[in-house]
Amino acid sequence: MDKIPILKMSDFLLVTIQVDLYDQLAENLESDLINMVKKYNSHGVLIDISAVSIIDSFMGRILGNIAMMSKILDAETVVVGMQPAVAITLIELGLPLKGVHSALNVEKGMALLRSKIHNIEQDISIPADDSSTE
Amino acid sequence: MTTKNEALKALQKRKKEVLEQWMKNQLEDEGLRNNLISDEDQQQTSDELLNLLLAALNDSSIEDVHSRDFEKVLDILSGISISRAKQGFSPRETGVYIFGLKEALLTTLQKDMKDPAQLYSESLKLSKLLDNFAISSFETFIKGREEVILRQTDEITEISTPVIHVWDGVLAMPIIGTLDSARTQIVMENLLQEIVETGSSIAILDISGVPAVDSLVAQHLIKTVSATRLMGAECIISGIRPEIAQTVVHLGIDLSTIITKATLASALKSAFSMLQLEVSKSKINSIPLAAR
Amino acid sequence: MKEQDVVPYRNRVKEHAVKMGMGLVNQTKLITAASELVRNMLKYGGGGIATIETISQGRENGVRLVFADKGPGIKDISLAMKDGFTTGRSLGLGLPGTKRLVSEFLLESTEGKGTTVTIIKWKNG
Repeated sequence: MDKIPILKMSDFLLVTIQVDLYDQLAENLESDLINMVKKYNSHGVLIDISAVSIIDSFMGRILGNIAMMSKILDAETVVVGMQPAVAITLIELGLPLKGVHSALNVEKGMALLRSKIHNIEQDISIPADDSSTE
Repeated sequence: MTTKNEALKALQKRKKEVLEQWMKNQLEDEGLRNNLISDEDQQQTSDELLNLLLAALNDSSIEDVHSRDFEKVLDILSGISISRAKQGFSPRETGVYIFGLKEALLTTLQKDMKDPAQLYSESLKLSKLLDNFAISSFETFIKGREEVILRQTDEITEISTPVIHVWDGVLAMPIIGTLDSARTQIVMENLLQEIVETGSSIAILDISGVPAVDSLVAQHLIKTVSATRLMGAECIISGIRPEIAQTVVHLGIDLSTIITKATLASALKSAFSMLQLEVSKSKINSIPLAAR
Repeated sequence: MKEQDVVPYRNRVKEHAVKMGMGLVNQTKLITAASELVRNMLKYGGGGIATIETISQGRENGVRLVFADKGPGIKDISLAMKDGFTTGRSLGLGLPGTKRLVSEFLLESTEGKGTTVTIIKWKNG
């Protein structure tokens, strides 16, 4: 059985989806990820979907589920790198991905997560947006 | 080519006469402008068209205007129609050209066929056929025009949606003209693509150039904002004129989920504060924006 | 059609769309719509037949997809086309959302006999 690798980076979990998910794989990811959140007591989940060309309502539901389940376990979920065509299609489809935060890329996603859970680290010198280094 | 049809036999026999008659018909027509095309060229294409037509005509095809036998004829006809349109002929003139052939065919037919009933039925078939050709030449002409319009529309949409990189991390897109769904799609595509490429986290959509905002336009704006947010960037709508604010409220459109600003300047200002940037007057004239 | 066929099917739809030079956004909309309908067919129709063809009308080229199942059919089509309606465990935006993604959408259903959905996406539509 194929699996989507989940990387642990300090307080966060990082998932990079490189293939178009078929249903079983997506459902496995959902449960694996939630188990990992519990196991490592993670406070943030970062899902990189920059290589995903299609998000239908099923995939949208999986993402929403992950966000809601993580939230219950006190972890925030950020989806990063959504393709423009995917965003336009989701809006047209009427799927706003409620409860899921988004960011343009992994870097900004990390910054967003850190700003959301600033009570974790004493040092919150990292700004909310890295482009503020003018 | 063997045929049982008397009319066709007669026409094939008298091909030259038909051509002469046709050319004569055209010269008689006042509308003909011989400065656009030389007589020799005209003669040559007409001869070719007639040859193809007579070759395509047989016992079965004369009954059926949509017969596949006429494919070649229609091909050359559309070629003539397009080249004539380019040469500056009006569609009427091209129509007259084809109706001239019909007249010539019918006149020639009259000479050979003595039985009125038969003559009538064959003439009817031929006119139906030629009428169809004339219509198809019109269609080709219109199609040619449509292509031009389509290309221009593409060009207009292309040039009317520029994305401006106003600051590090801030994009602006002035929209000029009405926002319909096709345009919204292009606006969204260009804007989102640019957001990805530049990694900008704030986009300003300036609608000073949009003549009116009705519920449909508002819906398109909301869609664009939602798509931008879905990607992880923020979108500010600026350039809202007082009358637009009035209509929006009167129509009961809810724009409360969107950040709206009256001017591009105030949008930029709020973009700066979102990015935690400060623009201040400096003693050394190094910051251009603050010079004002 | 089985669940594992969804992704290969989407790839085939994509091939058709790419071949005719459809833009990326329209491609994505078409493939997403196809994905929604295949899932509907698997979930409610118990599987069925999905076909892909390239069509042209005048100057426009497009892709036509037909999804036919022999499932229970849809009782009230106008209700099924309303935003937010669902009988299954989904978000309930399958049909109306899908309709917004394509140029033409035709839903035929006979109760007890099955459902056929035909969609067309024009290259520039």
